[in-house]
Amino acid sequence: MNLDIKIPIGLLFTILGILLTIFGLTTIGETELYARSLNININLWTGLAMVVIGVFLLSTAKYRKAPTKE
Amino acid sequence: MDIIFNLSWIDYTIMIVYFVFVLGIGWALRKYMKSASAFLEAGRAIPAWVTGLAFIATNLGALEVIGMAANGAKYGMMTVHFYLIGAIPGMILLGIFMMPFFYGSKARSVPEYLKLRFDEKTRGFNAFSFAVMTIFASGISMYALAMLMEVLLGWNFNLSLMISAVIVLLYVYLGGLSSAIYNEVLQFFLIVIGFAPLVILGMINIGGWDGLTEALGTVAVSNGFEASAWLHSWRNTSSPDLNPMGVGWFGVFMGLGFVLGCGYWSVNFLVVQRAMAANSMSAARRTPLIGALPKMFIPYLVIIPGMIAIALTYMPDSGFELPMKGNSFDYDKAIPMMLGKYFPTGVLGLGLTALMASFMSGMAGNVTAFNTVFTYDIYQSYVNPNKSDKHYLRVGQLTTIFGVIVSIGTAYVARFFNNIMDFLQLVFAFINAPLFATFVLGMFWKRATGHGAFYGLVAGTLAAAIHHGITSPEGSEMLIKGGWLGGAVHYYPSEMAQNFWTAIYAFTACFLVTVIVSVSTKQLRTNDQLTGLVYALTPRIKEEEGVRWFRKPEILAIIVGIIAIALTIYWW
Repeated sequence: MNLDIKIPIGLLFTILGILLTIFGLTTIGETELYARSLNININLWTGLAMVVIGVFLLSTAKYRKAPTKE
Repeated sequence: MDIIFNLSWIDYTIMIVYFVFVLGIGWALRKYMKSASAFLEAGRAIPAWVTGLAFIATNLGALEVIGMAANGAKYGMMTVHFYLIGAIPGMILLGIFMMPFFYGSKARSVPEYLKLRFDEKTRGFNAFSFAVMTIFASGISMYALAMLMEVLLGWNFNLSLMISAVIVLLYVYLGGLSSAIYNEVLQFFLIVIGFAPLVILGMINIGGWDGLTEALGTVAVSNGFEASAWLHSWRNTSSPDLNPMGVGWFGVFMGLGFVLGCGYWSVNFLVVQRAMAANSMSAARRTPLIGALPKMFIPYLVIIPGMIAIALTYMPDSGFELPMKGNSFDYDKAIPMMLGKYFPTGVLGLGLTALMASFMSGMAGNVTAFNTVFTYDIYQSYVNPNKSDKHYLRVGQLTTIFGVIVSIGTAYVARFFNNIMDFLQLVFAFINAPLFATFVLGMFWKRATGHGAFYGLVAGTLAAAIHHGITSPEGSEMLIKGGWLGGAVHYYPSEMAQNFWTAIYAFTACFLVTVIVSVSTKQLRTNDQLTGLVYALTPRIKEEEGVRWFRKPEILAIIVGIIAIALTIYWW
């Protein structure tokens, strides 16, 4: 089977990571929102961690040179 | 329960992106689904690390995440028994000794192995009970997910049920077992990243390990145990009265470790199917061993949130309390309540998505196992043999639809008749408990016969039912919890202890009856027929030349064993 599972997982983590990072950046200083998470901007940190994992998976994945035609 | 989460656009976006990926994987794999074996066995073409993660992810369903967090709150660190003694020996056994027979024989499923090794009736017994069981298990997963969404988010029960059913149906229908396995790996990653922030925030909040130790001391003392009762796995098992789980060391070691743990992790087709999809014998043998490595660290992800939840409940000024259910805490709400306490919008969407992912991996795992057993062991064996491969591919696909529809039905049964589900799960426990004895004898004693195996299984199931019928956990209602044969002659300190002992009796009965009947009946299988199915008659696997050490199952097994022992000592 010609699908390296690292590609979809890496993509999903990168996309969700970017989403959370941007959301985290735009909500810096919103103390009411982050009262629950002990005043830690957990969105930003989780987002960054996901981007790192996602990029790592994508960079180690095996890609096919050209899509094979059926 | 009155915690209703308010989600915002970011939470919904995360969920939708996840669903798109799940379906996308199924869509990307659809073009490979050209034969029954590609659809039902993933063409035996998946690398070991993928099947290894799927091996544990398929079990990382509703039961695991919600249930093990609940156990963490209820029993504390004793819950690691389900990850160490209750899982690791079974995984090593499968990888080192049993996988060669499952993967090396022509069997395409666990029931089919029974047919090759023993006879038709043993296979039939196992195939039918397994098929019914997986359908109910997948229905219960759906029910639990929809119920949770109703309570937490105020979503319509029917709608969430349909959405989850349709998503699972689509991705399994499109990509078969490969799609289920790939999605399980995706779900595994998501569950880890979704729950890790919860553990980190919870630990910061409670003051690290020291804070948790102190808070759990209060919990233990308030419940009449020694202060350390929530923090050790073996130390307080010299007597069942000393620990919150109410079990002694022998019950844990034999009941959970030997019978239940090995029975689940080494012969249950739900997990064995993942290993059988691997791309080589070596990969198949490494599957459970690779799975065992993360398995040993999942407790930190699911048990610790439960332990923090109970600790906070007993802290007067924490502002957090587990809800009540009857006269005890509703432990199953530990994870959802903790998500609500610590997660702001954003990661809340991620956490809920991880929760949904865990339910779906449980559902899909059962659906794919059902598919295969139904198509090969029921349809092809009893209904319509000798058809073309295309025909069985079609049957496999239609079985997916049929299986999901019946699961939806069972989800409604669960909604309206809670006791019926408890009862059915009990019946399945009776059927499952003795199975391990059948496999051990089948694989390692060539004299075991078909009649022996069949009557052994029946005897083991009966022994489990009778034991359950004449015992009862202390202070619980009769019938479902035990004593259904008109009263109890023995009381166990807890339901857990009763379960472990039921398993021990079932195993023993099955073992003895199989041996006795085997010796008094004729072995109808010739040595030739048993080659590849029985240890003594199967040539040892030759050591491949030039294989790196980390690709050798034996070396992996030793590493897994050492880590498991180290963790056991650490949590002693």
